[in-house]
Amino acid sequence: MHPAPSVILFTSLSGLGFGLLVFLGLGFPDVTGWTAFAFFVLSYLLAVGGLSASTFHLGHPERALKAFTQWKTSWLSREGWFSVAALLVLAAYGAGLVLLGTRWSLLGWLGAGLSLATLIATSMIYAQLKTVPRWHSPLTPAMFLSTGLAGGALLAGQVTAALWLLLLAGLVQVAYWITGDRALAQSGTTLASATGLGPIGRVRAFEPPHTGSNYLTREMVFVVARRHAVKLRVIALALMVVIPVLFLLLPFSHAWAALAALSHLAGVFCARWLFFAEAEHVVGLYYGRR
Amino acid sequence: MTELPASTTRKMGLVIDLDTCVGCHACVISCKGWNTENYGAPLSDQDPYGADPSGTFLNRVHSYEVQPDQGAAQLIHFPKSCLHCEDAPCVTVCPTGASYKRTEDGIVLVNESDCIGCGLCAWACPYGARELDQAEGVMKKCTLCVDRIYNENLPEEDRVPACVRTCPAGARHFGDFADPESNVSQLTAARGGIDLMPELGTRPVNKYLPPRPKDQLEGQIDILAPLLAPVVEEPTGFLGWLDRTLGRL
Ligand code: SF4
Ligand code: SF4
Repeated sequence: MHPAPSVILFTSLSGLGFGLLVFLGLGFPDVTGWTAFAFFVLSYLLAVGGLSASTFHLGHPERALKAFTQWKTSWLSREGWFSVAALLVLAAYGAGLVLLGTRWSLLGWLGAGLSLATLIATSMIYAQLKTVPRWHSPLTPAMFLSTGLAGGALLAGQVTAALWLLLLAGLVQVAYWITGDRALAQSGTTLASATGLGPIGRVRAFEPPHTGSNYLTREMVFVVARRHAVKLRVIALALMVVIPVLFLLLPFSHAWAALAALSHLAGVFCARWLFFAEAEHVVGLYYGRR
Repeated sequence: MTELPASTTRKMGLVIDLDTCVGCHACVISCKGWNTENYGAPLSDQDPYGADPSGTFLNRVHSYEVQPDQGAAQLIHFPKSCLHCEDAPCVTVCPTGASYKRTEDGIVLVNESDCIGCGLCAWACPYGARELDQAEGVMKKCTLCVDRIYNENLPEEDRVPACVRTCPAGARHFGDFADPESNVSQLTAARGGIDLMPELGTRPVNKYLPPRPKDQLEGQIDILAPLLAPVVEEPTGFLGWLDRTLGRL
């Protein structure tokens, strides 16, 4: 799939933002007043910034409100509902913390639950697609969830939780890569099943429909050179997990924590680029690619 | 509404005969010609006369080479448009309700004034049947020429999809798959029509008729063959001498 900057920004930033909101909703760190204000501003900037990035690639962003109507069937619609609900509930909860210095715990828990649901709904937009075997796996939600929570813990300054969650996110990421590399082959979809010509013999794409590119090839057929992919995976894992963990193991200082968070964010961007760029859509088979 | 109907009264769709298609692309042109002027937004082209032309098409013809274990390879032309799936994944993913499957005839359509152009339905379709128009920013797909097939302003013979009406080889057939007596149901039964990517569970309505086995050459030597055998295998006379002499050098 084409690794469009809008979807990479959307999934990375809003994942981090809602991850942080989960911790704030649960009362970690236990802050009020201006400190709470700073935490909430950061989380809303990330969450809302990510969500608005997702509208950049729409053909008709002015009709975006219509996307709330089909929550019964569409994960994209559900994601809209969960995110807006989480942001509204946590805005009230945050106002309590910042302005009144009181914690309405129940509201916080509800907001944390809705933020978790948002993370899951975002991942299900991709995991539901049978047409992209690499995404069509329970490891996709596991990866979005563990990465979001690890980043959230990091930003919330929860050192112990962040350490474990980062390691977990790294493990899930590696598992996702290993199973993902076999997913297309295991899905059983081939050019033979796509054309139904398999019973006659070996099928080879001979001529594409047009000599030029089209929306389908630009959007869904993207090939990353294998050796680049391996390098990028190493870089992503180092930035996302290894370096932040090392920084966290040092005696605590705000500078180290900030560097850990920045390194983590850069690693998430890199991993998300790969998430899209490496994903094979079965329509590529019709065009003789992969 | 993006909930799929439990069943549709009729199942209108196409049979595409891979044995007959000659790969002329006439259906591609007639489809674009009709649909750029009728239902919904036009089918735009980008840089049509430049170095890198591309555009929106609802029907495209691929060509595949199939190499059997023995004998010569076959070239098979392969028209592909929306298959109007019974379990259409493109419909259920749509957040706005712009994509829907009609209860009365099973046609899958996009209500363009509701479409936000998010592209998710094109990702969900395994067959590459949906293309986001680059000028209009809305999703375009085959409508089964919904504005022809019921159009009483057209002569009766024109009330079929433009591709079916145009195909000079008669490789495309239109009809109701819910009726076991219809032309398309009977063709599918007689020729063993198949689903594309059945493993994905989309249950396409459109069926493809596989190419029939080709004639075999073995044992069918032409009666003129003896007369066509090479007369002189080795050069004789002066040329033969030259050949032998040069060969010895
Ligand atoms: S062929 Fe594609 S666009 Fe058409 S109904 Fe099936 S999934 Fe939807
Ligand atoms: S592009 Fe339009 S029709 Fe397709 S899923 Fe998005 S809103 Fe629905």
